[in-house]
Amino acid sequence: MDDFLAARLQMAFSLGFHIVFACIGMVMPFFMSVAHFYWLKTKKAVYKDVTKAWSKGVAIFFATGAVSGTVLSFELGLLWPTFMEHAGPIFGMPFSLEGTAFFIEAIALGFYLYGWGKLNPWFHWFTGVVVGISGLLSGILVVAANAWMNSPAGFDFVDGKYLNIDPIKAMFNDAWFSQALHMSVAAFVSTGFAVAGVHALMILRRKNVLFHSKAFKIAAVFGTVAACLQPISGDISAKDVAHRQPAKLAAMEAHFHTERNAPLIIGGIPDTANKRVDYAIKIPGLLSFMTTGDFNGEVKGLDAIPKEDQPPVAVTHYAFQIMVGLGMAMVLIALLYFIALWKKQQWLKSNWLLKLFVIATPMGFIALEAGWTVTEVGRQPWIINGVMRTADAATPMPGIAYSFYLFTGVYISLAIIVSLLLYRQITMVDKLYDSTSKLSKT
Amino acid sequence: MIYVVIVFLWTSILLYILLGGADFGAGIIELFTSKGNRSKTRKTMYEAIGPIWEANHMWLIIAIVILFVGFPKIYTTVSIYLHIPLVCMLLGVIARGTAFVFRNYDAVKDDMQKLYTPIFVYSSLITPFFLGIIAASSVSGQIDIQAQDFLSAYVFSWLNWFSVTVGIFTVSICGFLATIFIIGQAANDDDRSFFIRKARRTIYIVMFCGALVFVAAYHENIPLASWIFGDTLGLTAIIAASISLIIMFFLLQRKKPILLRLLAGFQVTMILFAATYSHFPDIILLKNGSNLSLLTHQGQAKAIDTLGYALLIGSIFILPALVYLIYIFQQKKEVQETY
Ligand code: HDD
Ligand code: HEM
Ligand code: HEM
Repeated sequence: MDDFLAARLQMAFSLGFHIVFACIGMVMPFFMSVAHFYWLKTKKAVYKDVTKAWSKGVAIFFATGAVSGTVLSFELGLLWPTFMEHAGPIFGMPFSLEGTAFFIEAIALGFYLYGWGKLNPWFHWFTGVVVGISGLLSGILVVAANAWMNSPAGFDFVDGKYLNIDPIKAMFNDAWFSQALHMSVAAFVSTGFAVAGVHALMILRRKNVLFHSKAFKIAAVFGTVAACLQPISGDISAKDVAHRQPAKLAAMEAHFHTERNAPLIIGGIPDTANKRVDYAIKIPGLLSFMTTGDFNGEVKGLDAIPKEDQPPVAVTHYAFQIMVGLGMAMVLIALLYFIALWKKQQWLKSNWLLKLFVIATPMGFIALEAGWTVTEVGRQPWIINGVMRTADAATPMPGIAYSFYLFTGVYISLAIIVSLLLYRQITMVDKLYDSTSKLSKT
Repeated sequence: MIYVVIVFLWTSILLYILLGGADFGAGIIELFTSKGNRSKTRKTMYEAIGPIWEANHMWLIIAIVILFVGFPKIYTTVSIYLHIPLVCMLLGVIARGTAFVFRNYDAVKDDMQKLYTPIFVYSSLITPFFLGIIAASSVSGQIDIQAQDFLSAYVFSWLNWFSVTVGIFTVSICGFLATIFIIGQAANDDDRSFFIRKARRTIYIVMFCGALVFVAAYHENIPLASWIFGDTLGLTAIIAASISLIIMFFLLQRKKPILLRLLAGFQVTMILFAATYSHFPDIILLKNGSNLSLLTHQGQAKAIDTLGYALLIGSIFILPALVYLIYIFQQKKEVQETY
């Protein structure tokens, strides 16, 4: 394998792996705190059991997220030294603040996990909330760093030199808000649906129904509410992309020709050679309306971008379709769930709704990975949009392919062990949490 | 502001060695403990380290962030030429962090533990070993930025006797820190004297490994002795370290665990001080004779300033919380609520 491709793939794998754990690490603490809150309020043992079961999950995911994050902070230099040499001082601000957020998160987690029976109950609960808030904050900060790569700011680029650095301006670049918002909501969607799906499956199997119903409800409410917000936030992102990275938007939409009254292209197979999309559904004027607010607005196509600056169209387009498609599917499930909650209580008891949630278990995370593929592949061939090319940033060391195989192996084995661990965690629920099993028997 | 940043860099490296080192040491000690005493050692260690271990490797991350924000040239030089040992260290970090969690949070305690435990102990050994190699290589003058072939650019930059012995020395320091730490944690007198015997043995080992480093440095023509002994401050630090070692030896029997820990911490601080002070502000010595210095290779002023403020503000939040965390869990533990 060619070294440059290997480096890109290694980065993508590491990030794709880390993001799953990071999302769970920032969202699970909120679920856990809600369950914990109910326990402190109602003194129903089942809530304590849910809290404890989840806190074990949080610990596992936190540690895996933390090590994969540690690896990332080295990998940036190991794989992209030229990028880091110039970008480090500029986009470093969010990273140095993120350090603080991580630290607080880790300390709070120490209090939380080891604090049962040692701390004042409400202080103990509060440390759990702090874990969630600081996790969310670190997610937002690191995404601000990524946003800078899409929308570089806070320096003057003169004759290949990076002058007049302003790290604060770099952090609050044009893209940070839309990306951070979309990412945070996505974390709730994906974790909410994943957790709800697992508990739904256990309810269907009639295991510890009380325990799993409580857990299901907390996760499902978070996930479904977030799912409904996601298209709104996605729309903000899309407008933003149209404005700052027309090449990326054109690739997402497989939009080859600059035109007014541009159609929204759904699905289809982009044919780059002949510059057209086959078998797609086209809604006239909608793309113009969505990006400019006017059905007759002009949308730049790929023909407006020099050939050597065009991102790969097919991958970006497919990834975008997957993300939006799954996003819409989850909105649908969310609406059904709301109807069930408010109008049709009997649906909650029936199997089909639970089965829908089971099917939706991986959807959020698939959409999340697809979304990052859109953002990152859509930025190519640039590592810093319009400033530095990815190919110029890579390490001079040969043999990166081996490092790629090595890390891929490590990540795959970690993923297997974590899944196994979770599986055991879930199947052990009836043995570990006596209080519920007694309750559910009566 | 640059000095604030440097102090933070140095302190986070020190704290990583002290706290992280005790943590790695726990695994190392487990490796060198006979089967019969292993579970006792493990349990005692876990109680001591559990609550703070999550925070431990944050020091490493902070050091890395300071490097790439404040001293990008230094960060990238290390990343390029020490790629291989860095990857080895990272594999150790991954394996260790995850194995630690798996063995403590796996819901079912069964044969899987037989898988986690060796991963944990061996990665505890590998990580500080490569950490030592990386630190030593940055000053051993073997990094050759003009090298044309793979071996001299990416392998001999770190593979030499000096780096290897420093790696071993780092491992021994970790074991030493862990044994000293564990004494105060012993549940009864029997355990105490068991741990004290262990501590005494590791002290001998540390001294032996330290001597090896000097031999290797001599062999590789690295003027280690003149760096350390040629400078009054460095010399004072080393003398202080030796004196504290001797005091410690006599104190082992007394029941003064806190004092012991402080002395051990002091000793390691002095060693790091002596090792870094002698060629401050240079931190990377290259084969072609030029050096990368913290002062001349710092980032632009604005970047350094904001970094400094971010660190200062961050530490206002972090330090009190961290101290409180350690304090709470040092209180005589009630029965941990297990489930
Ligand atoms: C649960 C996951 C999820 C779901 C359901 C959606 N997204 Fe998304 N999307 C992400 C998860 C995500 C993401 C992984 O979080 C990205 C990558 C970078 C970012 O900021 O968010 C992203 C990026 C991203 C971008 C590119 C932003 C950029 O490059 O700056 C756009 C235009 C959209 N999304 C639009 C949408 C729309 C219109 C959706 C309609 C339903 C949608 N997304 C659902
Ligand atoms: C966690 C979510 C993220 C995911 C899943 C992700 C995914 C990807 C993918 C798929 C690529 C490969 C693109 C290609 O080569 O065509 C990539 C490249 C890269 N990403 Fe991201 N990314 C994420 C966030 C970030 C963040 C937060 C940063 C930095 C602050 C970042 C920095 C990079 C760099 C430096 C590259 C390599 C250069 C390049 O290919 O542009 N990424 N990432
Ligand atoms: C958009 C992408 C990212 C998001 C949303 C994200 C979010 C998070 C979160 C929430 C954590 C806390 C760990 C947990 O709770 O499981 C974490 C850990 C970590 N992340 Fe990421 N991260 C992203 C990408 C990156 C990148 C690109 C880097 C490196 C440059 C990085 C470095 C780290 C580090 C060092 C940790 C460990 C901190 C600790 O020990 O708590 N992350 N990340």
